[in-house]
Amino acid sequence: MMEFLSLTALEREAIGLSLWISGWALVGSLPLGILAAWVLARRNFVGKTLLDGSVHLPLVLPPVVTGYMLLLLFGRKGILGQPLYAWFGINFSFNWKGAALASAVVAFPLLVRAVRLSIEGVDQGLEAAARTLGAGPVRVFFTVTLPLAVPGVLTGMILSFARSLSEFGATITFVSNIPGETRTLPLALYTLTQVADGETGALRICLISVFLAIVAIAGSEVLGRRMASRVRG
Amino acid sequence: MILFDVKKRLGSLALEASFATDGARVVALFGRSGAGKTSIINMVAGLITPDEGRIEVNDRCVFDSDAGVNLPPEHRRFGYVFQDGRLFPHLSVRANLSYGMKLVPHAGRRVRFEQVVELLGIEHLLNRRPAKLSGGEKQRVAIGRALLTSPDLLLMDEPMASLDNARKSEVLPFIAQLPREFAIPILYASHSPDEILSIADKMVLIQDGRVVKIGSPEVLLA
Repeated sequence: MMEFLSLTALEREAIGLSLWISGWALVGSLPLGILAAWVLARRNFVGKTLLDGSVHLPLVLPPVVTGYMLLLLFGRKGILGQPLYAWFGINFSFNWKGAALASAVVAFPLLVRAVRLSIEGVDQGLEAAARTLGAGPVRVFFTVTLPLAVPGVLTGMILSFARSLSEFGATITFVSNIPGETRTLPLALYTLTQVADGETGALRICLISVFLAIVAIAGSEVLGRRMASRVRG
Repeated sequence: MILFDVKKRLGSLALEASFATDGARVVALFGRSGAGKTSIINMVAGLITPDEGRIEVNDRCVFDSDAGVNLPPEHRRFGYVFQDGRLFPHLSVRANLSYGMKLVPHAGRRVRFEQVVELLGIEHLLNRRPAKLSGGEKQRVAIGRALLTSPDLLLMDEPMASLDNARKSEVLPFIAQLPREFAIPILYASHSPDEILSIADKMVLIQDGRVVKIGSPEVLLA
């Protein structure tokens, strides 16, 4: 029994890598996600539909297609990948940073949707009141809009983190399946299904994934409720 | 002194209002709901931009379509008490009161925190959240919050419309004291003759987006 409960080195590596990559995907995409959500919720401009569409694109595209587009854009010889490497030494191909980028892109629509909905729910009358009290638009955003949108921001963060944990198609297409670098839980599970007598290992990773997902959802419920009651006063 | 002369198309209402007030401490905008009172207040505050015209308060121009002047609300230095209070639900009463005050440089703070809290009788509420206040208490906090920005003009849009009569009597005496206590002129929108008679010394009668009459409330409401 104890043996069943203790994790193997491979499992620990895959779990650690999954959390690391999903964490960085979230941290990296959060500021941009909140900005995009605010722009979509509060601004009207030419090309808004286009922005809305491109934000949501990864939600409807097969992840493999997203991964292939990332490969074209951010690969070593890609349109963006080449200058990024030449000028800043940043390289996304076949490493964990690329896996984080793939996760961030695929999870981005979930983040933006949740944050946008909660920003749209913030009473614009309160924002107007803050303006008459002497606060400029940026201060209004950080002292009124964002604090009142916190429950939705948290929901978006958890959703996006959970989506990153489960990311497979874009990751394997963009950065391949490299042990210790890009082999996250879903990729480890896939690998085990491809080898003889990998069933037990695959089942264990399956259970670990379910457990992590349940923890994430329960955590978001508890946090969301606590934040919502705090904001309401 | 307020000089207001603007045109603004608002849905089916063509607002074309012009009035000037001098020497009056409390100017009331009187008219039925939908006459354009709130829109006029919002244009003075800078929350709605007129199509054309000019708005001046104490010889300071805040809007002039010909000169291309349109100060954003945060630079106009007018306090605004909304009909529905609009206290920030995530902040305590104390933080609500000081929200605008903190943005005024020390030298410009003519209204003291303690004085406002005492005058409005809200000291026991300071650590509460707005959700825990009665309607009358909310409006008193909203008045205090606007006052504490040391404004050049206090705008009040039906500040008592959402209160029942008992609550009104909790708020009206406070409003009546403001001009004397702080020397801040007030522009007060209302559709209640009683309110206007008890606090205003000049009245602007608004009908369908136009100014019909200007004069003393005692004469116009007689």
